[in-house]
Amino acid sequence: MSALVGSVNGTQTKVLWAAIALLGAVSLGIVALSRGEPVNAAWLVIAAVCIYFIAYRYYALFIANKVLGVNAARPTPAVRHNDGLDYVPTNRYVLYGHHFAAIAGAGPLVGPVLAAQMGYLPGTLWILAGVVFAGAVQDMTVLFLSTRRDGRSLADMIRSEMGPVAGTIAGIGILLICIILLAVLALVVVMALRGSPWGTFTVFCTVPIALIMGVYGRFIRPGRVAEMSLIGLVLLVAALIYGQTVAQTPELAAYFTLSAPTLALTIIGYGFFASVLPVWLLLAPRDYLSTFMKVGTVVLLALAIIIVRPYLQMPSVTKFIDGTGPVWAGSLFPFLFITIACGAVSGWHSLISSGTTPKMLENESQIPFLGYGSMLMESFVAIMAMIAASVLHPGVYFAMNTGAGILGTTAAQAAQVVSNMGFVVTPDQLAQVAHDVGETTILSRTGGAPTLAVGMAQILSSLLGGQALTAIWYHFAILFEALFILTTVDAGTRVCRFMIQDLVGNAIPGFKETTSWTNNIIGSALACALWGYFLYQGVIDPFGGIWTLWPLFGASNQMLAAIALILCTVVLFKMKRERFAWVTIMPATWLVVCTVTAGLEKVFNPNPAVGFVAHAFRLTSAIASGQILAPAHSLDEMSRLVFNDYLDATLAFLFAAVVLLMVVYGVLNVWRALGTPKATAIEVEFAGAAVGARNA
Amino acid sequence: MPDLLSIKFEEWKEHSRAVRTWSVRAARLMIGVPDYDTYVAHRQANHPGLPIMSYEEFFVERQEARYAVSKGRFRGCC
Repeated sequence: MSALVGSVNGTQTKVLWAAIALLGAVSLGIVALSRGEPVNAAWLVIAAVCIYFIAYRYYALFIANKVLGVNAARPTPAVRHNDGLDYVPTNRYVLYGHHFAAIAGAGPLVGPVLAAQMGYLPGTLWILAGVVFAGAVQDMTVLFLSTRRDGRSLADMIRSEMGPVAGTIAGIGILLICIILLAVLALVVVMALRGSPWGTFTVFCTVPIALIMGVYGRFIRPGRVAEMSLIGLVLLVAALIYGQTVAQTPELAAYFTLSAPTLALTIIGYGFFASVLPVWLLLAPRDYLSTFMKVGTVVLLALAIIIVRPYLQMPSVTKFIDGTGPVWAGSLFPFLFITIACGAVSGWHSLISSGTTPKMLENESQIPFLGYGSMLMESFVAIMAMIAASVLHPGVYFAMNTGAGILGTTAAQAAQVVSNMGFVVTPDQLAQVAHDVGETTILSRTGGAPTLAVGMAQILSSLLGGQALTAIWYHFAILFEALFILTTVDAGTRVCRFMIQDLVGNAIPGFKETTSWTNNIIGSALACALWGYFLYQGVIDPFGGIWTLWPLFGASNQMLAAIALILCTVVLFKMKRERFAWVTIMPATWLVVCTVTAGLEKVFNPNPAVGFVAHAFRLTSAIASGQILAPAHSLDEMSRLVFNDYLDATLAFLFAAVVLLMVVYGVLNVWRALGTPKATAIEVEFAGAAVGARNA
Repeated sequence: MPDLLSIKFEEWKEHSRAVRTWSVRAARLMIGVPDYDTYVAHRQANHPGLPIMSYEEFFVERQEARYAVSKGRFRGCC
């Protein structure tokens, strides 16, 4: 990419860029305008890649050079503080790998799958527009800000640039996103493993495998990462293959066929124990495995899509854009833009971009390649997830993603319900898919991961192994997702624990001591109780959990993105670059509008399918008249649903409130900056700045 | 032309060695372990006479540092 961009400004280059633009336009036209005829996924890939190249060449470099004013002569933190450990000037391609591995996760894989209920087109357009104008801009700008501030964290920068109150509000926002994120990700795993002995066995095996790797890498052959990873990989593949035998042997299968509530409690318990163990024993080795597997699988899937070039079965737009879809509630605006967070724009990345990457940057001129470039790659992962969901028969897609409360529990009922939605499917077709992937049923496997796994299995088995390996590929995909989600559960619980200790420590100073075992155990238990509550609530939710929780997760993630972009805007004003500030004002405004609208709709919308309060009212009046509303089974269950409705409504309201408060602080700071004649951004001193100004 | 062939082979060997070195570095940094040789070179050049961690010590130090949570420091999830 850099070679292309760096080439001489000759006629040849112009012709090349015109060709890329033309190819992109034609491909996007084919994707967008087809009606009826299945579209080949290759057009989607070509359109996306052309857009990425053009966006990088014309928008990313514009922002870097004109808006931010990156200065190749200015020493980066890595150069100034070089210690060979935290601060190391690092080759940009190596650092790109590091940064991409840090930002890529479950988000871009799950969101697009859920968004496919509206057809592949609305989601794809948002992924592409979102990444170009919002997501990649946020990642790059935060990376730039952190690089200019010795690699300081987002919360730190908000505190110093926007004041301590804004910093505290942002801190609360970050704690909320962590809790919801952990609950939702754990829910995805629970829904994928529920009643699946093969998947459950394989995922359980990752714990002893990680322990073996941990001991090997610490005591037997310290620091030999390649050897321990190879051992882990071999054992993992063995577990994957043996899983089939487990599933087919009734006595063994009985141990690993677990209900959703049991799995949820197991994961909560796992989160607690994993987060108090020393990192080298379980967290680190599991992290190594999941990182390598994540990157490897992304590359493999990309190759498979390019070679297999599957056709998209999903219509480009379905009738569910009116908000009546069974996968998640709500209309196209604002809920599509909440459902696909990562892949288009993810607030979480603002924490990563102000983490380790700015401390290893060789030169400021590499900021667009790393910040903008790796977000483009993440967006491509989201496009691949969209393709994987869309190559499925739409009937299969809806049978997998509709909650049991609506769908019923037998293949005949499910086929009837889905056919009535307008996607004709037979019970045999549903049974055949389940049989192909080696499961007893695929009905109501909500959460996105199983759908993605079926799609991936279909694509990967066309590349390698055919029908015979479909079941293996399916469970491989489940394993790959569960593996890094469980790593996140472990690492995230530690983060939550720290934030709780920090918060409670303000009242009880002794609680801040993070080396104390008692504190760690209490902190971990509190953290697990917090996210575990939401997880359990989602698991017993008759709508399938994802229906309720995913919009909350999306809203919290976009809330953080809005906060980060407000910070970027404030700093641009403080740098006296306000004439370019539209670059961050535009996406910030869009995200504020989306998050606040979604938050308020979740609270106040009179439609019980969308508004939590309306739903609670309906249940309360039913309870008063002693009536039990489906999908609840008892009055007890109904009162619990009412309580959860109010809790979720409070959260949704909090998200909207946090965003609006940050807007107020943003505007105040911009106002102050406009009233000051000189630049007030608090950057690390650079002696060359004055020299540069004189020379210019 | 045996000479040309052998040169090509040497070049190929060199290229593949470079690809390997850089892939290993990239893979290690993905899991938070920076290049050890760079660390040693840095210590020798800038802090002569001061102790240098062995590779094993270096690995353990980096592993702990990757998962240490402190104010505003998080690792990826999404």
